[in-house]
Amino acid sequence: MTDRTTTIDDRRARSRPETGTGDAKTGDAEIGTEQVSYLRAGHTLRSWLLTTDHKRIAILYLISVTIFFFIGGAAAALLRVDLLTPEGDLLTNEGYNRAFTLHGVIMVWFFLIPSIPNTFGNFLIPLMIGARDLAFPRLNLISWYIYILGGLFTVVVLITGGVDTGWTFYTPLSSMFSNGNVVLAATAVFIVGFSSILTGLNFIVTVHKLRCPGMTWGRLPLFVWSHYATALILVLATPVLSITLALIAAERVFGLGVFDPALGGDPLLYQHLFWFYSHPAVYIMVLPALGVVSELIAAAARKPVFGYRFVAGSSIAIAIIGFLVWGHHMFVAGQSMYASAVFSFLSLVVAVPSGIKVYNWTATLYKGHISLDPPFLFAMGFIGLFVVGGLTGLILAMLAVDVHVHDTYFVVAHFHYIMVGGTVSAYFGALHFWWPKMIGRRTSVVWGRLSAVLIFLGFNLTFFPQFILGYLGMPRRYHVYAPEFQVLHVMSSAGAGILAVAYLLPFTYLFYSMRYGAPAGPNPVGATGLEWTVPSPPPKHNFATLPVVTGPPYDYEIEHEEAGKAGGGRKGKARTTRRDRADDQGRPTRQAKTAPGEEWQ
Amino acid sequence: MIGDLFTRWAGEASAHAGQVDLLVLGFTLLVAALSLPVFVLMVVFALRYRRGRAVNRRHPINRNVWIEVSWAIIPFILIVMFFVWATSLYVDIYHPPDDAIEIQVEAKQWMWKFQHPGGQREIDELHVPAGEPVRLTMASQDVIHSLYVPALRLKRDVVPGRYVSMWFTADRPGDYVMTCAEFCGTNHSTMGGRLVVMAPADYARWLAEADVDRSLAAQGAALFRSAGCSGCHGASATVHAPPLAGLYGRPVPLDDGTVVTADDQYIRDSILLPHAQIAAGYPRIMPTFRNILDEAQVLRLVAYIKSLANDPPSSQSPADDHPAGGQPPVEQGR
Ligand code: HEM
Ligand SMILES: [Cu+2]
Repeated sequence: MTDRTTTIDDRRARSRPETGTGDAKTGDAEIGTEQVSYLRAGHTLRSWLLTTDHKRIAILYLISVTIFFFIGGAAAALLRVDLLTPEGDLLTNEGYNRAFTLHGVIMVWFFLIPSIPNTFGNFLIPLMIGARDLAFPRLNLISWYIYILGGLFTVVVLITGGVDTGWTFYTPLSSMFSNGNVVLAATAVFIVGFSSILTGLNFIVTVHKLRCPGMTWGRLPLFVWSHYATALILVLATPVLSITLALIAAERVFGLGVFDPALGGDPLLYQHLFWFYSHPAVYIMVLPALGVVSELIAAAARKPVFGYRFVAGSSIAIAIIGFLVWGHHMFVAGQSMYASAVFSFLSLVVAVPSGIKVYNWTATLYKGHISLDPPFLFAMGFIGLFVVGGLTGLILAMLAVDVHVHDTYFVVAHFHYIMVGGTVSAYFGALHFWWPKMIGRRTSVVWGRLSAVLIFLGFNLTFFPQFILGYLGMPRRYHVYAPEFQVLHVMSSAGAGILAVAYLLPFTYLFYSMRYGAPAGPNPVGATGLEWTVPSPPPKHNFATLPVVTGPPYDYEIEHEEAGKAGGGRKGKARTTRRDRADDQGRPTRQAKTAPGEEWQ
Repeated sequence: MIGDLFTRWAGEASAHAGQVDLLVLGFTLLVAALSLPVFVLMVVFALRYRRGRAVNRRHPINRNVWIEVSWAIIPFILIVMFFVWATSLYVDIYHPPDDAIEIQVEAKQWMWKFQHPGGQREIDELHVPAGEPVRLTMASQDVIHSLYVPALRLKRDVVPGRYVSMWFTADRPGDYVMTCAEFCGTNHSTMGGRLVVMAPADYARWLAEADVDRSLAAQGAALFRSAGCSGCHGASATVHAPPLAGLYGRPVPLDDGTVVTADDQYIRDSILLPHAQIAAGYPRIMPTFRNILDEAQVLRLVAYIKSLANDPPSSQSPADDHPAGGQPPVEQGR
């Protein structure tokens, strides 16, 4: 990063040459009248379904991904209700197995993997790097159609009775023994994989080729860095999954002996191939969330992210090391003792970059101007749950311990802390933070805070007891369980009830705000970043003139002094103290350009 | 009822279980020490520096390489110490003592079958003597299962197509839960049973009372004849096939020039996948028994061939020399 004192020039002012140095808000309002917002550029269904605008495609994804989240959630609700009693009175054994398989398949491939990249990544990457669209807009649309095609296959699987293999499709159960619809389900996942690959490719090319003048790699927002890392994994790992699924189908349909030992195949080969994809896939799910949280924390604290280079570099490190740890899923599966030791060690190594991020976020808050609005609360919730998930991951990486807790509820709790506590919290945080940008209207702060708190509490009540269940020896994927465990299961189901309400809640007030929310203005949160320089909702081609970036990301310093000078502040209180201003001596004083975050209630 | 959790499920049935618990406890303390400051500081900072509050915000720092490096390296070194501890415990699991009692396990949808060296068989229940090492040699008839005894803090996947082994010394007599931990189809959650750890004297009585027709090796010897193995490997055979006495545990030169050790897996594969490895100097004529014998029968044959381990290799007629099967390969529980 460049020295602060030499970069007083406001790149947001420079990025809008056509409005000169005027007030940001009025300037953007003027643009707004010249350029129609992307939401109004065409009202027909056709104009949506054939759009190549990355923002509209993002909205298409937002809708479809949310639908799958609720289908997967319904399956989870079914599981949790069934687990209220040890005998599982609601479902048969077979029915339970089919329910958790669909829950897993839908949540992993149709929600978690596309969730943040395909919605927020799609919407924000071009805006953040100063581009008018992704590099291949039509490919982007095709990728959505492929996703929908895969989704339709999944729905067909659901209607025709489901699959009972677990989302991991372990062989030879899936290839030779299962009586579910394995081939169809594998086809669904195979198809949706292409959507991932195309989106990843699009992101990589976009970040390389379409950055606006002055947007150097060292100035990329951390959100973009983490999506770049994610895109690398999407492109490199997904093909392995596709091939593996094709091999399962070949074995099941044609009796080609690949994985079944009775045909001369090797079941462990399957596990190696599957986890070679699926472990990096966990990082596909969580890296974008890490990027979101870096943005939310910086904006909430009005401060540059502490150690920008370390945080950006850690995303790439996670992506690379993430490829080398797949064997930690196989410590008791029969891989060699030496291989296990290496995989265990590398799994501990991958914790380092994750730890760096968490410590750096904490340091970012130090001496910030922290807003306790919903996006920040979601980010805090994320960090808390992600840390618990990550640390229990370390416990799992300890070889002798994993031998005990592998394939128990301990693992179920661990990955839900990362994927649901982490990624889903970040997804909701992003939704609250960028909603005004996407829709052009503000939403309720009070309700947002309430749902952030409810999600956090409901989540912990649901999943914390599962750590205990697991350590006591309760295996996962159990429909019928020992009566001793009932108390803990009932707690978990009660938490799931709270969580269900908390997840539904935002959709009510977000929908409400679409009609009744106050207009947002270009920068309602007072954040830096090019996406906040364009009107909300942005015009079809984002930037009338391509911006030119002259400063580092997250240069919030100026705003502190300015806001202080302007005497603005929530509820009329002065935000900065005398000492703060004394500290700012010797710097040029200017009028506040954007401090509307103060009005965000 | 809840009490069962702490005896039948998570009780410490072995010294190993106690060590795992100690490791987890220590490691949990470490990670708590690493993460609590984060939790506390985040809340403190969020409240102290919240917007609109008049506090000293001078000299915020935005980067400091030494801080960065130290909070990456120091926790890592601490964690690596636990890695060494956990790995050494894990390595122990791979080294059964030589005098372990050998019990053979066959897993199939959805039951566990056990065979003691003396021929005693049981289903979904395993009796073992307290204080003596026990080694399980496990095979699966269909999909992957995983034998899991929470009170031992041990599990091992039973992967079809190979023998896997797991060993333990349970020191506390009692009844412990045994389950299947790898999802194996419809009735996965009901696939389980109990591990009964008995005082050695009780175990000996149990062995004596259990009805057995013959020892495992003797059953294998009978099978050796009835399945037709002795037609080629027996004394009167005219076919050029390797003699099996004294084979077990010895190096076997293969026709591709490599040398393998004749262990359980080698013998199993020779029966089920005879053409995968051909002993040097013998023709490729042995048929596969894949569709004729199941894993339990193969295990009995292995026990029989093992029982000939100490016979002189010259003997060409194993089945005839040992009509009742030789000594079981390992010492039996008393
Ligand atoms: C309302 C919240 C949720 C509840 C109560 C819940 C509950 C469950 C339960 C009971 C299982 C089965 C465990 C087993 O038998 O092994 C499960 C598995 C799983 N859940 Fe969730 N879940 C919830 C949300 C989610 C979400 C939001 C995701 C992803 C974003 C997710 C991802 C998974 C995955 C990947 C599995 C593994 C499936 C498998 O074992 O095949 N869950 N969940
Ligand atoms: Cu099983």
